[in-house]
Amino acid sequence: MNAIEASHLIKRFGSVTAVNDVSLTVCEGEIFGFLGPNGTGKTTTMRQLTGVLTPDSGAVRINGIDIHRHPLEAKMQMGVIPENSTVYGDLSAEQNLSLSGQMYGMPRADRDKRIDEFFSRMGLSEKRKLPVRGFSKGMKQRVSIACAIIHRPPLLLLDEPTSGLDVQSRRLVIDTIRDMNEQGSTIFLTTHNIEEANTLCQTVCILNKGKIVAQDSPERLKKMFNTTQSVEVSFDRPVTRDLFAAEGILRAESCGDKWKIFTDNPDQVLKYLVGRAERESITITSLTTSGPSLEEAFVRITECA
Amino acid sequence: MEIPLALRGIIVITRKNMRLYYTKPPVLMFGLLFPLFMFFAFFVGRKLDLVTFFPAFLAMMLFFTASSVGPLITPWEKREKTYERLLSYPVTQDSIILGDVVAGAVFGIGISLLVWIASLFFIPVAITSIGLFALAFILGTLSCAALGALLASPASDSPPNVIIFSNLIRFPLIFISGIFVPLTQMQGPGLALAFCSPLTYLVDLFNAAMSGTSVFSPAVDCCMLAGISVVFILAARLIQTRNLVKGL
Ligand SMILES: Nc1ncnc2c1ncn2[C@@H]1O[C@H](COP(=O)(O)OP(=O)(O)OP(=O)(O)O)[C@@H](O)[C@H]1O
Ligand SMILES: [Mg+2]
Repeated sequence: MNAIEASHLIKRFGSVTAVNDVSLTVCEGEIFGFLGPNGTGKTTTMRQLTGVLTPDSGAVRINGIDIHRHPLEAKMQMGVIPENSTVYGDLSAEQNLSLSGQMYGMPRADRDKRIDEFFSRMGLSEKRKLPVRGFSKGMKQRVSIACAIIHRPPLLLLDEPTSGLDVQSRRLVIDTIRDMNEQGSTIFLTTHNIEEANTLCQTVCILNKGKIVAQDSPERLKKMFNTTQSVEVSFDRPVTRDLFAAEGILRAESCGDKWKIFTDNPDQVLKYLVGRAERESITITSLTTSGPSLEEAFVRITECA
Repeated sequence: MEIPLALRGIIVITRKNMRLYYTKPPVLMFGLLFPLFMFFAFFVGRKLDLVTFFPAFLAMMLFFTASSVGPLITPWEKREKTYERLLSYPVTQDSIILGDVVAGAVFGIGISLLVWIASLFFIPVAITSIGLFALAFILGTLSCAALGALLASPASDSPPNVIIFSNLIRFPLIFISGIFVPLTQMQGPGLALAFCSPLTYLVDLFNAAMSGTSVFSPAVDCCMLAGISVVFILAARLIQTRNLVKGL
């Protein structure tokens, strides 16, 4: 069975059509990335999937349950982190988690056990009794995520869960997503971080101006555009652009202390760089090649649509 | 399965409302202090007969307490950005509205009962019909709490605006509902206006329960209050559904 099945969703706000005939299927057990430029209707789509908004037309099924006919059963299946979500600032972290558990009908003993688990994991033990109002953004987001997964939902929907977080908090969020997925949950992840989508998701769906413009695995999306590859190199002393005037090199950009060289023949460029460095006795301090990037594919897809 | 799930949602929301909103300043100010001030301003130190006017005062207390919680909740949650999350829990907008109404009603009953019990020590308040008295309490807080939920619905995410708007509606009501001037002494447009106020029927019902004299028959009062509650809740639901995306 499919975890999410949305067919022909349309949502208008006045004269703006925010979501225009979106159909998507999320298979059970996968991490599904939902990308798109600002204001293209990602949040609006997700709100329809979570039953917060009713679509003007179209239907959503969560594990086969129609969310608009049986909202309570469908919502029991999921954990949701809305875009600007906060937890209750006047309640403590512990009270927030407990409230969330009650909403999902968890028995008290079960709830308390899960709550203890979280505090030992999320590293907020000493703050569990303090009101969330005084927490930092990252700490609030941890509590928020804990609230969404307290009942071990088979389906987890997150709207930009890592935006504005530092590296540690971001990693914690990503690890939690991975863990949940390993334990069998399906993940629907809206994000602006393309690298995140690239490394996490099995399927990526790109939305532009309310319509789906591409949906495939990240690798296949990259191949759709025979994008140029790049070589990043740095030397032990400054070099000039003249060094990169050679066959096979399309363009060279200086980025900080290194150079980024675009090519469609990385083999030729690597051999040239190594030979040239040897002859002029320059030491290569680092050298990396990267294939076509998802970011490039994303830009092309959303540009041409 | 739908019924217990829905019921659980309402109970959890009610408990959350009680914990979070009973102690908010606007609730304490306009729900608790204000009716007490009104009491002192109008009843104490005048030659008004306390015993005769007590049912009306109790009705006013009930009205203010029960209708003060409802207007605050939804705008507050929208401003604090907790509303969308609340909606994505296994609840519907209906359970949220009902949870708000019940929280208001419990507040109303609790405070008014306290006031009534306290008053037993000072004035000889009689009750002619316990049944009617209980009914007045229940139907009264229900309709007033429903009014509270209705007052919240036009607003988006600004609690101060809602408080001003709800007081603009609530204050005039106490002057046209037979609290300071008994219904029997009203006439003409004043009386016509009184018929339009839900509070009139509550005052009348308390009069019937405590002194045994009322303008309408208690059955009429009860039906009016029950009908008003239903209409208010349905109206609140309609408007809140329309306003859902405002300030989400
Ligand atoms: N409540 C609303 N009322 C009116 N218009 C809205 C409302 N919510 C969204 N829109 C419009 O719908 C469109 C899509 O908005 P949405 O928030 O879904 O975009 P998004 O893809 O989530 O953007 P972002 O990446 O910035 O979060 C926008 O043009 C927005 O102006
Ligand atoms: Mg968004």
